[in-house]
Amino acid sequence: MTDLTELLADLARPAPATVAPAVLVETGVADVFATFDGPSGSLTVAANPRGVSAVAPTTHEFAAEFADRFQRPAYPTDRLPGRLHGRVERALDSGRIGTLPIDLRTQTDFQRAVLSAVASIPPGEVRPYGWVARQVGKPRAVRAVGSAVGQNPIPVLVPCHRVVRSDGHVGAYRFGPTMKHQLLQAEGVDWAVLDEHADRRQSLLGSATTHIVCFPTCSHARRISERHQRWFANPHQASEAGFRPCRRCEPFDQ
Amino acid sequence: MTRLNGHRRALATDLDAAFPTFVHASQDGLYGGLLRLTRDPQLAADAAQDTYIRAYRALSDYQPERIRTLEVAGWLWTIALNVVRNEARRTRRKPVLLLDQLPETTADTPGPEDHALERASLVQVAAALDHLSETGRQSVVLRHVVGLSYREIAEATGRPINTIKSDVRRGLRSLAEHMGDSHD
Repeated sequence: MTDLTELLADLARPAPATVAPAVLVETGVADVFATFDGPSGSLTVAANPRGVSAVAPTTHEFAAEFADRFQRPAYPTDRLPGRLHGRVERALDSGRIGTLPIDLRTQTDFQRAVLSAVASIPPGEVRPYGWVARQVGKPRAVRAVGSAVGQNPIPVLVPCHRVVRSDGHVGAYRFGPTMKHQLLQAEGVDWAVLDEHADRRQSLLGSATTHIVCFPTCSHARRISERHQRWFANPHQASEAGFRPCRRCEPFDQ
Repeated sequence: MTRLNGHRRALATDLDAAFPTFVHASQDGLYGGLLRLTRDPQLAADAAQDTYIRAYRALSDYQPERIRTLEVAGWLWTIALNVVRNEARRTRRKPVLLLDQLPETTADTPGPEDHALERASLVQVAAALDHLSETGRQSVVLRHVVGLSYREIAEATGRPINTIKSDVRRGLRSLAEHMGDSHD
């Protein structure tokens, strides 16, 4: 009898590998990923019922890297479920994440606060790490902000390419400087000019008529005519000259 | 399968987050049993998928307190047996024997002769299962292929626990006879 029950137990077979993906995709519980036309070429975007969970520049190795990072599987699909696909397309077109749902469950509160500040940078503008640190109420945590930005799971949609070095240089990017340049170029930021100003220690731009000083890419700063432009290396220099910070781009605390 | 109750708390707290883990933990037991009941790998895989999709929908409707006290294995198999019954009613397909679905190797068989013997015995026991009555086969498969407890089988089938016990006892005796016959 013992032999018989052992034989019966040996009749069990493992489930084929297709069962779990089919179930998880059908119930909408799994992460699925699809390819989009992004501002700098194709982008792979993953999502689950909570929202967009990951973005990467290529499909190559996406599933393996996703599983490695999030400790759960993701499966390829033609379109993200429901209305999400169209909403991702619109967010990529407009450069604004708006109310697109995003899944930041693996991020700490601090990382979430940083990403939410980054998401508020308008397309066509850039902000230094120090600005993000002030936005999250931790003005001295610039380094921690840098690492939170570097681990952004949803690049491009959460526009960490709009965060630049505190001296005004465009700086590094997780997917290489070329992609950062392309993303900025696509939204009308001349990154080469930014770097030139930074080389000359010109990180803030004020108007001689209003005595208001901005980050150079702030839409208010771009209205200043060339003969009224005043460049400053830092907030101290601008304050000394009697300039107050712009309330829109908040280049420093008054 | 009995250990599936360990998933209750997570399923009650965050169904979407816990469900993938639950599927991965339970799918081999579910599929293994369904394979013996349907005798067809494709039907078994389809039935397993159907079972999970229904299970997920049911769990989404349940209050967390209900999920926390669910006897998970018995509950999952209630759904699975319904799926199998509906499928059988729909297709009325004549079941096929699964002789070629048996393993090429088993992990702990020492030599080629023992190996061949083991394989031959598996083929026999799979064939012998088909001689049992529908309920007898179901009880034996759930008890000894899937590894459910008598209580879980009673829950899954809605039949009294003592009936299940005698089904299994009678089923095993009948299997032994069939296998003895084929040795003659």
